Amino acid sequence: MNDASPPLQSSVVMNRKGSVAAVSVLDLHKSYGSNQVLKGVSLVAQDHDVISIIGSSGSGKSTLLRCINLLEMPDQGEIRIKDELIAIKRTVNFAKPAKAKQIERLRTRLGMVFQNFNLWSHMTVLQNVIEAPIHVKKIPNSEAIEKAEALLHKVGIYDKRHEYPAFLSGGEKQRAAIARALAMEPQVMLFDEPTSSLDPERVGEVLKVIRTLAEEGRTMIMVTHEMHFAREVSSEIIYIHQGKIAEQGKPEQVLGDPQTEQCRNFLARHLRPRDTLKLEP
Amino acid sequence: MVSVANDIAPLVPHLDHLMVGVTITLKAVFVITALGLVLGVMGAAARLSRFPVLQTSARIYAHIFRGLPEIVIVLASYFGASALITTLFPNSTFQLAPFWAGCIALALTFGAYATEILRAAYLAIPAGEVEAGKAFGMNRQTCFFRIIMPQSLRYALAGLSNLFLVFLKDTSLLSVIGVAELMRQTKIAINYTSLPFTFYLLAALCYLVLTGVTMLLLRTLEKHFTRGMDVSRGQHG
Repeated sequence: MNDASPPLQSSVVMNRKGSVAAVSVLDLHKSYGSNQVLKGVSLVAQDHDVISIIGSSGSGKSTLLRCINLLEMPDQGEIRIKDELIAIKRTVNFAKPAKAKQIERLRTRLGMVFQNFNLWSHMTVLQNVIEAPIHVKKIPNSEAIEKAEALLHKVGIYDKRHEYPAFLSGGEKQRAAIARALAMEPQVMLFDEPTSSLDPERVGEVLKVIRTLAEEGRTMIMVTHEMHFAREVSSEIIYIHQGKIAEQGKPEQVLGDPQTEQCRNFLARHLRPRDTLKLEP
Repeated sequence: MVSVANDIAPLVPHLDHLMVGVTITLKAVFVITALGLVLGVMGAAARLSRFPVLQTSARIYAHIFRGLPEIVIVLASYFGASALITTLFPNSTFQLAPFWAGCIALALTFGAYATEILRAAYLAIPAGEVEAGKAFGMNRQTCFFRIIMPQSLRYALAGLSNLFLVFLKDTSLLSVIGVAELMRQTKIAINYTSLPFTFYLLAALCYLVLTGVTMLLLRTLEKHFTRGMDVSRGQHG
């Protein structure tokens, strides 16, 4: 973005009760070379919202999620975590966080779970979970370990806490990764296709953990291909098509009564028969 | 028995010299490794930097010092250094000791190889693990010391161990510029005793013990740094 472009509208998004949205994204654009991945996407997550982002591969849904904590730099648009605007420095050639300290601080409030787990392979499960609390949040070791052990109990891999990631199954790795994210006590959880690289028989155990988190009222934004699951846990579903939000609303609305041709086609390909059946009254 | 003792007795003082040689050899290889690692880290950082000037200089450096025989570098460094000092500072009385001239020469070569090893190790780190560090709010230093460094070490260690062993043996080249390391001490002993076979055999034994102990130590190190690496399946994370 150069100096000539018009200033962006900037506002803090509130909900009806007047509290500030946990995450608000405004008019996000992102291109890789000539390939426009996001063409103006806005999104608001209030506290306790569970937002599922669906769409075909290449639609830009993962890019959108990764822009929220600036793992990808948007070319245009703004992101707020609560009422704090993420400062981005843009020049003609590149964009980067304007204040390293700010983005580092904000990232501790966003718990990220990756498709490929990205556990630190030179550390055991327990070390993975206590790493960021100790070295980023500077929590005392004993306290971090105590909390980590409780979290590992919660996700059901306490007995694997001294194993290295290479020796875990996919489902166990992802549950460890969720525990690692929870250990930072984030205000918002970001899930980037958390079950897409799992064996089918391992998907259930991870979804069970995510469901528990949703039921606890955690604020979550999740990119997923699990339509059935998304309908059950989400407060809102966003369907992205070619870098734009094509449909948005309650699960029964988007999945049950899609308005656009693309979304209908997408659902026809992705909803298993039992999902569609259940949607009928 | 008596005759054996009589045979060995004259060798004893020379054995002491061999031991002195062993300590100098060890001192040399540690100096070379320390300096070489510093050069290697700098070289790898330059190779990976986004500045073309640094990239190219590091590449030229690695190419030259990997492309020249070590003995040429050692001799050039020893004679070149004194010539350079006399040219630059005609009144200087400073002389670079053969030990340091030789160690610097070999360290430059060590660094050239280490540059490539460390660069490859850095590139082998799964990008997602560094990204995870960022995503949890780690700053650059924390990311480097907690993730990048331990991960690079596990990939680099095999190569660096190998390099250490090679240079432990290459210290014998320092004998040509008069450094009193193991090989030079052996030659002196042979001059006195005219027992080349005995002393070369003893020297060989000394080198084997040195490399044997080193290998044991390096294996322990390797075990420590490759923990969590499932070698059988070749996957990690």
